[in-house]
Amino acid sequence: MTALLVRDLKLAVRAGGGAMIGVLFFMTVVAVIPFGVGPDLNLLARIGPAILWIGALLAALLGLDRLFQAEREDGSLDLILMQETPLVLTVLVKCLAHWIATGLPLVIASPLLALFMNMDAPAMAATMLTLLVGTPAITFIGAAGAAVAVALPRGGLLVSILVLPLAIPVLIFGVSAVYAAVQEPAPFLPPFLFLTALTLVFAVIGPVAAAAALRASTD
Amino acid sequence: MRLVAERLSARRGEDLIFRDISFDIGAGEALVVKGPNGSGKSTLLRVVAGLLPRETGKVRLVGEGDHAFETVASACHYLGHRNAMKRELTVEENLRFWKDFAGDSAGDSGIGIDAAADAVGLGGIVHLPFGYLSAGQQRRMAMAKLLVAWRPVWILDEPTAALDAAAETMFAGLVKAHLSRGGLAIAATHQPLGLGAVKELHMAGFAEASAEAWA
Amino acid sequence: MSEQSLAIRKFSDLANPTRFLALSAIVWPWMAAATALFFAIGLYLCFSTVGDYQQGETVRIMYIHVPAAWLSMMCYSVMALSALGTLVWRHPLADVSAKMAAPIGACFTFIALITGSLWGKPMWGTWWVWDARLTSVFVLFLMYLGLIALNRAVDDPTRAARVSAILILVGFVNIPIIKFSVDWWNTLHQPASVIRLDGPTIDPEFLRPLVVMAIAFTLLFFTLHILAMRNEILRRRVATLRRLAARAAGHGAAAREETLR
Repeated sequence: MTALLVRDLKLAVRAGGGAMIGVLFFMTVVAVIPFGVGPDLNLLARIGPAILWIGALLAALLGLDRLFQAEREDGSLDLILMQETPLVLTVLVKCLAHWIATGLPLVIASPLLALFMNMDAPAMAATMLTLLVGTPAITFIGAAGAAVAVALPRGGLLVSILVLPLAIPVLIFGVSAVYAAVQEPAPFLPPFLFLTALTLVFAVIGPVAAAAALRASTD
Repeated sequence: MRLVAERLSARRGEDLIFRDISFDIGAGEALVVKGPNGSGKSTLLRVVAGLLPRETGKVRLVGEGDHAFETVASACHYLGHRNAMKRELTVEENLRFWKDFAGDSAGDSGIGIDAAADAVGLGGIVHLPFGYLSAGQQRRMAMAKLLVAWRPVWILDEPTAALDAAAETMFAGLVKAHLSRGGLAIAATHQPLGLGAVKELHMAGFAEASAEAWA
Repeated sequence: MSEQSLAIRKFSDLANPTRFLALSAIVWPWMAAATALFFAIGLYLCFSTVGDYQQGETVRIMYIHVPAAWLSMMCYSVMALSALGTLVWRHPLADVSAKMAAPIGACFTFIALITGSLWGKPMWGTWWVWDARLTSVFVLFLMYLGLIALNRAVDDPTRAARVSAILILVGFVNIPIIKFSVDWWNTLHQPASVIRLDGPTIDPEFLRPLVVMAIAFTLLFFTLHILAMRNEILRRRVATLRRLAARAAGHGAAAREETLR
């Protein structure tokens, strides 16, 4: 399993890998927002956490379609399916590698972008923390979508369409946790714990569904 | 140990590709599947490897000794049309990944990466990215993958297509060595593999379009 | 193993496409008639009852809106059941059922959204409010469309059915989570008032037409579903026959002579 993790990480950073593209996309999306809403710093500070979360959601979905498609195209998927190791575990490890390669950089880049958004320190920390906890959920549920669309030639867009509605709860609790941390009366912990619970639930549903879909889509 | 298939049939979409295919091969034996294009050779191999669902029949391993395999697939190596190697990684990284990820089945162990590269006649270039190799070299390295982790059963789908005569001889030697270690092999091929006396299975072609599916 | 497969075979026999076609041919005219009857009664009741003292005549939109919203969820449940049938029993009829329910469900969801919007204009003064229930239904609508898109994107019907089934079940598990999170996010709407543990609080004056309309809509759904399934079965038969024709042509003269003889 470590072998798989190491291989996927290597693939992500080698030429043609998707690790940096996600962060670049994230930064570009967030950088474009002020041109749309105007340079009002107060407004940007207010909507900043939401913008960062939406940007991270889209960036995390980007590249998910290649998660299994690349394996399928060169025939590796066949061999992975034949192994004695439970497929669910393999999928989980692949998700983990994908998250480390694309999700974690988003989390690390978020404070920088938070500065652009004129967010103060607590909001910045809360955004980073919620992204850290929440982005794995997007990867897990996205893996199910990626596995379902693995055999489709233009699965990329379809994966986003299928996964985004399912990822709405992650966005809701992520953003409300950030706002709860910044605005006084609302407590931070309940939405944050819901977010954590979501990640754990998706960590089960995602790989199980993805494994079933991969088995169903061999040809 | 024996690999036994009983009255297998498989469908693709609505078509029954083949039906009632049975075979039985023991340790040290090879089965060569022959037939025209579209007769279902690849489908048969993928069914045996557990990659496609079978319509009827079963595939099982008999007399596997102390260690029972969980599935037939986990006792098999599958060499398909695609090489299952990453272009971005070096040959060594590719082979090491499959060696570690697949691991050895009980009974024997795979050879080292350099030894495997030597065995396919490409020693000394394992440090190159896989994508830099020519098509023939890539195919040979995909064969080296069979050697680094031990599996008793080799399932080979057109293994020597697009290879020159020397490479064919080399591959025949690999398969013979595998058989002499007590392994089994099933190969679908148009060309003679040069394995000497082997069992043969002829596939006739489309069984039938299953009109009854929606009747 | 053999006993189990025998049981499955029996189950398959009961629900094989031919038998389904024969059975549904008898059933559907009756269901259509019942649908028409309930709609006649329901619509009569809708327009004969007095309007709400607060909401006026617009309350009558509820008689379409609420049953449509109820069906949008029931239809997804039917799809989830069919998805189980596809994955557990690998039954082709379950594939057909799930595939055909999706567009119908999307239509009912769309009706619920439109009527909700029409209702919202006089009530809230705007066509669209991001309130919890409308938003959940909207997300459900997106999920329906995604499923239809997925089903259309995969060409092999068996494979399409299996991957769709997995996605349907993932969505089914997710719907309560989405509902809950959207509720958390915003609640503007009136609290659910028809089904409650302590009994309905809605005035019986409104409840009677609502129940009749709900039955009428449910019957309508099942009638449409059965008819759509019949169409799909026939469509697949045509596809099989076409494939047979192609095969026969491919086999060339020898096969043709044999048939002629």
